[in-house]
Amino acid sequence: MLQKRLIPVLLLCDGMLAKTQKFKRPCYIGDPVNTIRIFNELEVDEIIVLDISRNRKVPEFEILQEIARECFIPLSYGGSVNSLETAEKIFALGYEKIILNTAAINNPSIISEISNKFGSQATVVSIDYKKSLIWGTKVYADSGRKRTPLDPIPWALKCQENGAGEILITSIDHEGCWKGLDVDLAIRLRKSLRIPLICHGGVPNISYVENLFFETQINAVGVGNLVVYQKQGMGVLINYPKNKSIETK
Amino acid sequence: MHIVNCGAGNIGSLLNMLKFLNIEAKVTDDWRELSNASRIILPGVGAFDNAMSYLETRDGLIDELKNKALNERIPTLGICLGMQLLLESSAEGTSHGLGIISGVCERFSFDDNNYNVPHMGWNNVTISKPSPLSENFDEMRFYFVHSYYCKVSRSEDVLFTTNYGTNFASGISNGNVYGVQFHPEKSHKFGMKLLKNFMQA
Repeated sequence: MLQKRLIPVLLLCDGMLAKTQKFKRPCYIGDPVNTIRIFNELEVDEIIVLDISRNRKVPEFEILQEIARECFIPLSYGGSVNSLETAEKIFALGYEKIILNTAAINNPSIISEISNKFGSQATVVSIDYKKSLIWGTKVYADSGRKRTPLDPIPWALKCQENGAGEILITSIDHEGCWKGLDVDLAIRLRKSLRIPLICHGGVPNISYVENLFFETQINAVGVGNLVVYQKQGMGVLINYPKNKSIETK
Repeated sequence: MHIVNCGAGNIGSLLNMLKFLNIEAKVTDDWRELSNASRIILPGVGAFDNAMSYLETRDGLIDELKNKALNERIPTLGICLGMQLLLESSAEGTSHGLGIISGVCERFSFDDNNYNVPHMGWNNVTISKPSPLSENFDEMRFYFVHSYYCKVSRSEDVLFTTNYGTNFASGISNGNVYGVQFHPEKSHKFGMKLLKNFMQA
């Protein structure tokens, strides 16, 4: 049986590993290469690396290369990938998947360009969204800084149509808050999509994930706080549950 | 160890793992270089026809590959698309495969919304027949990404089996030629063990 996925989502911010809350206040977690090496030793099954640095125009290829050299698990990278050429460079370093966000919003055809060349399984679109009374539920670009007129579910379907092989969805309101995922939207999106979906933002603990996997059709979850902090309000502790603990339920 | 360059395939991660295991690897698409090979990996990500037409553009490469695998009986391992290329054809395209192992590739097709295509993620692998590749494994778990799967003509060519909505051959072999549908280079300790085992094959 295909294993359900619990995926660390690690944030690079100006060359350091950081963790945010509602996409704000990046807190220093550690050196990215060392930290990811620890995850590799913990036999994490997959990692997502997102660069959230404010003024970055191109990926930090050197750090990304160092990460890939000793990380023998599926790696996905997102952050200022806005052309086929940049994507090609990332793939060549040993990354399996490219994650598009703002670039896909500005130019949806980049999804099909990358997907046609490298396959849909290598093309992920990340969708950040926020709810407000005035605007409703909208997709945000530029690491949550810019509201767009897009609604998350139709946008996800459009990305699927354009050749995306996977969607990573993040609720900005829930990210880093330990209060659980935005399950309602996640379930609706899961039912509408054919392609894999990773739900991210707010996972408080492992038993929450176990219940979610048991009770819903959600089968992939992105986690941040859970794997970089000891627990809520406490210090940094790189950790990952033993595989068995998720499967036994 | 020689790795056959099939065009668009991303082999960065395979090279990273071989380097970590201290296995010397040469990437080539030249038949003369390949003729020195004592072990061959046929990697592959991408589309069946693209990979086959790339191989066809390299003069003598396909013939040498078949010669190595079938006549000289050099240990040969196809990974993912590289495994599918070993067969005769694929529903993904119209090109002929290498035809080193008898069979065809078919596309996953499910009515059940619980099964997404591609089959992507970690899945269990069960051993269908003993081989050097599966030696010293207590548990076999590997990372998969694929939309097409191999259907071999002879059931005795099935090496490993995996379930994804249906049971399919996640590994095939005929003598010295092996194919695995999963990505050992992305399956940490399991993949390292499998590649080390291949070195002993």
